[in-house]
Amino acid sequence: MKDEVRVTIKSDVDVVAARQEGRALAAHLGFSTGDLALIATAISEVARNIVNYAKQGEIILKVAEKDGRYGIVVVARDQGPGIADVARAMQDGHSTSGGLGLGLPGSKRVMDDFDIVSEVDKGTTVTMKKWAR
Amino acid sequence: MRVPILKQGPYLIASVQSALTDADLLQMRDDLARLVGQHRSHGVVVDVTALDVLDSFAARTLRTMAYAIRLRGAQMVIVGIQPEVAFAMVQLGLSLPGVDTALDLEEGLALLNRKTSEDHASEG
Repeated sequence: MKDEVRVTIKSDVDVVAARQEGRALAAHLGFSTGDLALIATAISEVARNIVNYAKQGEIILKVAEKDGRYGIVVVARDQGPGIADVARAMQDGHSTSGGLGLGLPGSKRVMDDFDIVSEVDKGTTVTMKKWAR
Repeated sequence: MRVPILKQGPYLIASVQSALTDADLLQMRDDLARLVGQHRSHGVVVDVTALDVLDSFAARTLRTMAYAIRLRGAQMVIVGIQPEVAFAMVQLGLSLPGVDTALDLEEGLALLNRKTSEDHASEG
């Protein structure tokens, strides 16, 4: 198994591919089936944000290790329009695309670490991490 | 992959076989709303047993589908949401308000039988 997997995100088909790759890597790292569903869903949300807002970008899946524990790192990166108000985008129910507005805050809730860096007209990078129990 | 839709008596059964893209979900939504009229169906079962992810887009599309089918005069029930998918939905804050769910196909059909006979009883 490679330590890093990159999935180019351009359409809804790639969203499915990204979450399947993420699930496979997480399964390999020994995550429970419950955690696999959470990880796959969180990847689906951030990958879809790329398609909806930035048109294209990539998902990078990596293995983290600390004190003998393994984790999965998910990086969602695009060079899209960026998010003007990141704090607002992280609130439940806020959406500028007619969605449910649960993608980013929901993903943050289910992962152990969640970081978002965004600059208008430069793009957005979301980095999420979850440790196997 | 297009979701196969089977006609069984007064009902339609949409049986999801593999992971769905957003386009597949929208296709299923449109197919069901159209076929309910074509077959004069009273109910629809959407079997999602094969899905390992129900994210915010899927939840929103299933909701829209259930409401649209009700407006077309039929009942819709979602069956087969797996335990880990159910927990993931709750933790992400996703819900399906006003949408009927049942454990599996058998329970889903039983629910439709009850609901559609109630409809007919109240009409009479």
